[in-house]
Amino acid sequence: MTDIKELFADEVVTKAITRDVELPYGAGTMALITLDNGLDHTKPSTFGPGGLTSLGEALDAISARGDVVAVGVIGKPFIFAVGADLNGAALVSERDQALRIGKLGHDVFRRLGELDVPSFAFVNGAAMGGGLEVALHCTYRTISSGVPAVATPECFLGLVPGWGGTQLLPRLIGPAAAIKLIIENPLSQNRMIKGRDAFASGIADAMFEPADFLEESLRWAARVLRGDVSVSRTDHTADDWSKTVADARFLLDMKLHGASPAPYRALDLIELARTASRDEGFDAEDQALADLLMGDELRAGLYSFDLVQRRAKKPAGAPEAALARKVTKVGVVGAGLMASQMALLFARRLEVPVVLTDLDQARLDKGVGYVHAEIAKLLGKGRVSADQANRLKALVTGSLTKDAFADADFVIEAVFEDLAVKRRVFAEVEEVVSAECVLATNTSSLSLTEMASGLRHPERVVGFHFFNPVAVMPLLEIIRGAETDDATLATAFSVGRSLKKSSVLVKDAPAFVVNRLLTRFMGEVIGAVDEGTPLEVADHALDGLGLPMTPFTLLQLVGPAVALHVAETMHEAFPSRYSVSENLAKLVAAGKPGVYAPDFSLDAEAVALFSGGTSPSTAEEVRLRALRALAEEIRLMLDEGVVAAAQDIDLCMVLGAGWPFHLGGITPYLDRTGISDPRFLAPGVASLPA
Amino acid sequence: MPSSRDVVFVDGVRTPFGKSGPKGLYAGTRADDLVVRVIRELIRRNPNLPPDRVDEVAIAATTQIGDQGLTLGRSAAILAGLPKSVPGYSIDRMCAGAMTAVTSLAGGIAFGAYDVAIAGGVEHMGRHPMGEGVDPNPRFLAEQLVDGSALVMGMTAENLHDRYPSITKDRADAFALASQEKVAKAYSDGRIQPDLVPMATRSAEGGWGLATVDEAPRPSTTLDGLGALKTPFRPHGRVTAGNASGINDGATGCIVAASEVAEELGLAPKMRLVSYAFAGVDPEVMGVGPIPSTERALRLAGLSVSDIGLFEINEAFAVQVLAFLEHFGIADDDARVNPYGGAIAFGHPLASSGVRLMTQLAREFGERPDVRYGVTTMCVGLGMGGTVIWENLSWEGKK
Repeated sequence: MTDIKELFADEVVTKAITRDVELPYGAGTMALITLDNGLDHTKPSTFGPGGLTSLGEALDAISARGDVVAVGVIGKPFIFAVGADLNGAALVSERDQALRIGKLGHDVFRRLGELDVPSFAFVNGAAMGGGLEVALHCTYRTISSGVPAVATPECFLGLVPGWGGTQLLPRLIGPAAAIKLIIENPLSQNRMIKGRDAFASGIADAMFEPADFLEESLRWAARVLRGDVSVSRTDHTADDWSKTVADARFLLDMKLHGASPAPYRALDLIELARTASRDEGFDAEDQALADLLMGDELRAGLYSFDLVQRRAKKPAGAPEAALARKVTKVGVVGAGLMASQMALLFARRLEVPVVLTDLDQARLDKGVGYVHAEIAKLLGKGRVSADQANRLKALVTGSLTKDAFADADFVIEAVFEDLAVKRRVFAEVEEVVSAECVLATNTSSLSLTEMASGLRHPERVVGFHFFNPVAVMPLLEIIRGAETDDATLATAFSVGRSLKKSSVLVKDAPAFVVNRLLTRFMGEVIGAVDEGTPLEVADHALDGLGLPMTPFTLLQLVGPAVALHVAETMHEAFPSRYSVSENLAKLVAAGKPGVYAPDFSLDAEAVALFSGGTSPSTAEEVRLRALRALAEEIRLMLDEGVVAAAQDIDLCMVLGAGWPFHLGGITPYLDRTGISDPRFLAPGVASLPA
Repeated sequence: MPSSRDVVFVDGVRTPFGKSGPKGLYAGTRADDLVVRVIRELIRRNPNLPPDRVDEVAIAATTQIGDQGLTLGRSAAILAGLPKSVPGYSIDRMCAGAMTAVTSLAGGIAFGAYDVAIAGGVEHMGRHPMGEGVDPNPRFLAEQLVDGSALVMGMTAENLHDRYPSITKDRADAFALASQEKVAKAYSDGRIQPDLVPMATRSAEGGWGLATVDEAPRPSTTLDGLGALKTPFRPHGRVTAGNASGINDGATGCIVAASEVAEELGLAPKMRLVSYAFAGVDPEVMGVGPIPSTERALRLAGLSVSDIGLFEINEAFAVQVLAFLEHFGIADDDARVNPYGGAIAFGHPLASSGVRLMTQLAREFGERPDVRYGVTTMCVGLGMGGTVIWENLSWEGKK
C-alpha cells in the first residue's frame, strides 16, 4: 500500500495562506485563507494530497484560536481554484489509494462547513471541480461578476464532483439546476457558466464587480455577521426530485446507452442527496470516486483530455514554426457553400483580405452575399461590433478572374471533387501568384501528389481538409504531398493555428483519417443490412459505445450521394475492404435524404430499398464486425504511416467525428475490449496501469 | 456660456496610507488600483450622483510613469467602471497635485465647463521613489538658478531653520509629538475612519489582506525618542525622520461640483470654495511657500487670518508649519491648526495629500458649526505654496 502522496510526487502544491483581516463596521477579525500555488494565472491552483493537507493545517490553526468571528477563502488573482490534480490521479493503481483520495478531500473540505464560526468563500476567479466544492462547503459565497468559468467538469472526463459537489449543489440550487451543471454541461462540449450565471442560479449569495471584489465582499460578510444582511436560500427538498432524475436518466440513456458510468453515478448521487445525511452522502461519493478512478473509461477520458489539450497544440511531425511564411491575403477558388464558409473563417480569424473567385457572376454574388449575411447575423447576436462587421465585410470580395490572387500568400481551392478540374485550377492560379504562394486544397479524398504534379512549383501544394460545418468543427487534417516542402507545411500549420483549429499531420493517403475510418465503419454496418440484418438492429448495434449518432444518422447528415461517392473512391483504392452498396446507390437514385423521416422514424420506402438480404446478423455480430474492421483499418493506417501514432488517430476521431472521451477516441476502447491484437497502446497509457 | 458659479466640495475619501518599501502595506498593490478604489467609493457613497454626470476626472501624481502614467485620470476612470463618456487627465504640481486638481476643476466648474468632477491624487513612493527618472537641466546649477540643495527636500527644510533661527529642533520635535498625539486621539474619537476606504492588499507569501488604517502613525512617540534620531541632511542638523513626514503610498479623491448642480442632484456638499492661490518662492526654502499663497488667497477672499477658524496645513516638515505659524503670529499649539494631526503622523504620499487636507477640514467643519472659514495649504517642491480657503456649509451663522 503506497502513500498517496508518493503518487503525487510532482504535485504543484496549492498553499493555504492565512492572514487576519479586520472586518468593516467593527464586525471583528476574519481569518482569510488565500489558495495559491505560487504560479501565475495561466497555471491554476489545484488540489492534490499536499494542497489538501495545507488547507487542513490552516483550518487546524484557525480552529485552535478563539478570537476569529469568521473564516474566509479566496484564490490567487483571476483563479479561485480548479479542482483535483489530474496528473496524480492518473497514477492511482489500487482501489484503496483511490478511496483515500476521496476521503482526504472530504475530511478537509467538509470542515469549512463544520467550524464553530461561519465560513465565507469569495469566488474571485475561475472555480471548477474541487475548487467550486471548496466554495460549496462554506456557509456563504460571494462571486465576482468577472468570473469567466464556473463548472463541475468531472463527468466530461469520467469522474463525479465527489468532494461534496453531488451532495451540496442539488440542495443549494435544486436537482434540476444541479443536473444541468454536473451532468448536462460537461456532456455538452464541457460547457461552463460565467460568474453572473452562477449568481443567478443561486450558487453564490452575493455578486460584486471585479474592481474591488474582495473589499466589497468583506463589507458584505461584515454585514452578514452583524445581522444587517440576511441571506435567504430556497428549500429545494420539496422539488419533484424523482421526476427530475428520471427525466435526466432518460436523456442520458438516449445519449450514452450506458457507455460511460460517470454521469450515471453522478445522477445516483444527486438523487441520494435529497435524503442522505452528510456522512452517508460523502461516503457514497468516496465509493463512486474509487470505482470510477479504477475504471478504464476515466483513464480513456484523461488520455483524451491530454490529446486535445497538449498533443493538439504540438502536432506530431509539424515542421519548425519559424519556417512559416506570413499570410497577408487569402484567395478562395470557388464560391459555393464550403468556399463561402472558408472565406468567412479566414476573414474572421486572419483579418486579412479574402478574395473569392468563380466563373459565374451569379454564383460569385451568392457566395459573397452568404458571407455578408453571416457577418450581419454575428452583428445581430452581438458577437461582433458594427465597426468589426464593416471591417469583415470589406475584407471579403469576389472576382471573376484569378488576377485578384496576384498578391495573395495562400490560395485554397474548394471546387468540384475532380482531379482534372483541380489540376487545371491550380495551373491557372500558378500563372498569377508568386512562386511562394501556398496552394491548398480542401479535397477530402483525391491524391495531393497527383494534384501537384505538372505544376512549376509542386512543393507549395498542401492539403487543408476542413470538416463540416467549417466554423464549428475543430479538426483540420493537414496533408503533406510527396513534394510538399517544410515552409509550405509550416505555413499551413500556422494558418491552422490562427484559424483556432487543431491540426493533425496526415500522409497523402486515400480519404486521410476521419473519412477513411467512418467510411469503413459505415460500410460494414450497411453491408450487414445489405445481407439481410434488419436496419434498426444494425443501426443500433453499436449504441453501447455512446457515439454521437448512429451510422445511418451519420449517413443522413453526410448525405447519401456524398457517402456513395466516397465509398466508390475508397473501393477503388482498397477494393478488398471497401465495398459499394448497391442499395445505397438505389437510395441515392431514389433521391432520399436517408433512411429516416424528419420525425426520426424509419422511412418505410427507404427501408424497403435495403430489403432482400438473406443472411442476417445479430446485433452482436454487427458490433464485432464493425469494430474489428476499425481495428484492422487503423493497424493498416499506422503501418502505412498515415499518421505518426495511434494518438493522432484518436485525436482525429475525437475532434473530427466527435467520438467520445470515454472511448479515448477509439483505440483505447478497441484495446480494452480485446478487439485489437496486439494492443495499440501500452497498458497505462489510456487504461489502468498494468 | 462663461459664467461664475459657486463651487462646492461634496465629499472626499482616501485609502489608508501605507509606509513605502518591500514590507509596506501596499508593496504588492498598484498605484492605479488605489485610485480606482477611491473613485468607486466616491460613487458608492454618493448614490444621488449618476456616474454619467461626472464631467471630468483629474488625478495627480508626481511621477507619471508606469502605473502612475498612461493619463491616469482617464485610465483610472475606465478601470473604475465610470461610463466611457467621462473624460479624464493627469496633473502634476508635486506635493500640491491633488490640490491643483481641485482648483483646476473648480475653475472649470465656475466657468461653466463642468457641473460635477472628480479630483484626486496618488503617490506610490515605494513603486516610484522620489526623483525617479528626473533629468534636471544642467543650467539650474551652471547658471545658479537654484541652489544645489533645492532638489533635496530635507536640505530645504534645514535651510528654513536657518532662515527662522527661532525655530529650534526642540520646537520642531514638540510639534511632531503633538501631531502624533492628535492623530491618535482623532483615531480613538473615530474622526479618521469614516473617510477611509478599506483597500485589499496582497503579497505572494502572505496572501490577501485588507488595509483598514494608516500604517505610519507612531502613537508611542516620545520627545526623548525624537531627540535621539539622526539628522541625515546635515551633521548636527535639526531635521529628522521624526519631525518630517515619511515616504508613503496612498490615494485620495473628492467630488467637486457647481453649488446649484449639487442642489439639483440632492448631493450633500460640505464646503464652499472661497478662493485659492499659488505662489512661488526660492526653491531652496520651498517650505515658506504657504505664506505668500495664503496671503494672496486671503486677499482674494477679502478675509484676514483672524477670520480663519481652522487650518489644515500639510506637515511636510515641522519647521515649515512653524514658519507659517510664526509668520501669522499663531502659537505652535494653537487648537485651530491641524486638530486631527497631520502628515508627520499620517504620512505624505506626495501628490495625494492636498485632498486629504480638504477631506479632514470637511469633517472638522461638520464637528464645528461655530467655524465659518478654514484654510488648506501646503508647500511644494521647487519653491511653491498653494492655499485654498473654504467656507463651512454647516456654519450655524448661516441658519
